[in-house]
Amino acid sequence: MTGNHISSDQSASPSIFLENVNFSYKGEDLFQSLDFKVEGGLWTCFIGPSGVGKSTFLRLISGSIQEGFTGSIRFENRKTGKGLTAWMAQKDLLLPWLSVVDNVCLGARLRGEITGEIREKAVMLIQGVGLGDYIRSLPSELSGGMRQRVALLRTFMEDRPVILMDEPFSALDALTRLKLQDIAADLVKGATVLMVTHDPLEALRLGHRIHVMNGKPATLSKPLIPPGNPPRKPGERTIISLQADLLNLLEAEGSP
Amino acid sequence: MNLRRLTLIAAGIVIIWQVVVWLTGVPPYILPGPLRVARAAAIHWESLITHALTTLAEIIVGLLVGTALGTISALGMIASRSLKRWLLPVLVISQAIPVFTLAPLLVIWLGYGMGSKVAMAVLIIYFPVTAAFFDGLRSTEPEWLELTNVMNASPLAVIKHIRIPAALPSFASGLRVATAVAPIGAVVGEWVGSSQGLGFYMLHANARMQIDAMFAALAVLAVLALGLYFAIDKIMTKMIYWQKIEEEEE
Repeated sequence: MTGNHISSDQSASPSIFLENVNFSYKGEDLFQSLDFKVEGGLWTCFIGPSGVGKSTFLRLISGSIQEGFTGSIRFENRKTGKGLTAWMAQKDLLLPWLSVVDNVCLGARLRGEITGEIREKAVMLIQGVGLGDYIRSLPSELSGGMRQRVALLRTFMEDRPVILMDEPFSALDALTRLKLQDIAADLVKGATVLMVTHDPLEALRLGHRIHVMNGKPATLSKPLIPPGNPPRKPGERTIISLQADLLNLLEAEGSP
Repeated sequence: MNLRRLTLIAAGIVIIWQVVVWLTGVPPYILPGPLRVARAAAIHWESLITHALTTLAEIIVGLLVGTALGTISALGMIASRSLKRWLLPVLVISQAIPVFTLAPLLVIWLGYGMGSKVAMAVLIIYFPVTAAFFDGLRSTEPEWLELTNVMNASPLAVIKHIRIPAALPSFASGLRVATAVAPIGAVVGEWVGSSQGLGFYMLHANARMQIDAMFAALAVLAVLALGLYFAIDKIMTKMIYWQKIEEEEE
């Protein structure tokens, strides 16, 4: 991997302020006067039981949910969040009719900004993650792990200071997942990253900050701050013991 | 459906047909056997081909015009909500009228020539093409739309790069149905009033009790329709290249 980082200048990656956010869906209050600050330039992980509203939380920040919520979501030093975020989901969402390189360049293509330079950058990135032989292949010719790598590059190509990831690696096998976590940590260094995950180990490997989300309406725990810098090695003793703590915490809060 | 199986099925039908004729001894002016039909085809082949070309031209022009109109309507409905609100009920109402009943009217309005037959074919294929393509356009994977929204794509770019390619498989099934029914439109048009085409030829042969010639025309029509269907099917499979690969992998 080469050091293709978004920006080492952390001030370019804004903090995000949520103030008095209320959101209900089908009569259920998912969030009620939620106040929260996402630290700029850091990787923040959200972990919690299914259906608690983790994905909704990300969608509120991405702007995909426009209706039904009150309160304010503010990006530091910016008027609006439009054009600041990149989105990566559990499904790779690759377009089956586009080649790998065209999928990686999807954002530029959609905005009519595609240039030879952008394609060259995409090709370099694809080679960097070991998919050099598949540049012109269609997604259907790739394995799940390879597809998710392409999705990761597509997210990274957007060159946005805020990256939102909704369980990006949960559909992969354990080894592929570890490899992709390393690639991701390298690519998005310096960006403000929000990641939803079900996997305590993943949160502990990648997160500067880990919050447990729980309850209805949902609340966010105080941050757990694992020592050292991501990506942490899965075998580290502190990581293993923290994993047990995190599991306990999840279990305790999961059974009221 | 592959070609070999189709040939086998056709051969099976011909054999059963011949056996039924032999066993029942039905007179040839009621049901001629395949041999007799083949003989009639050999005698009348020149006029059969001339009439077949007329019908083929009607079907192809009808398909082109109908598909163009259907595609434009579907795109219009996806781009403009108010167009959709007005056009969708019109489409449904138009299906409540059996199009065949319009055939005599079309002949009065557009004459005995090709126009009325093309119009008939267009009427009959417009709905399946429009409905299938529109359905495909509006059932785009919502998560793709969410992704492209975060990418700040304009609605037009989303239609061009996401919705249209994603709708091509639905469009293709609509077009296949259209190709299968278009010959019906053309022939019904010819029955009502014409001086050319396989439909005209069949009526003529029927009236003169040349049942074997009528069957020969029917066979030519069937070959025509099948050939057209397979051609369209091939083009569609080429156009939706990414699906072929997925199927091969299964």
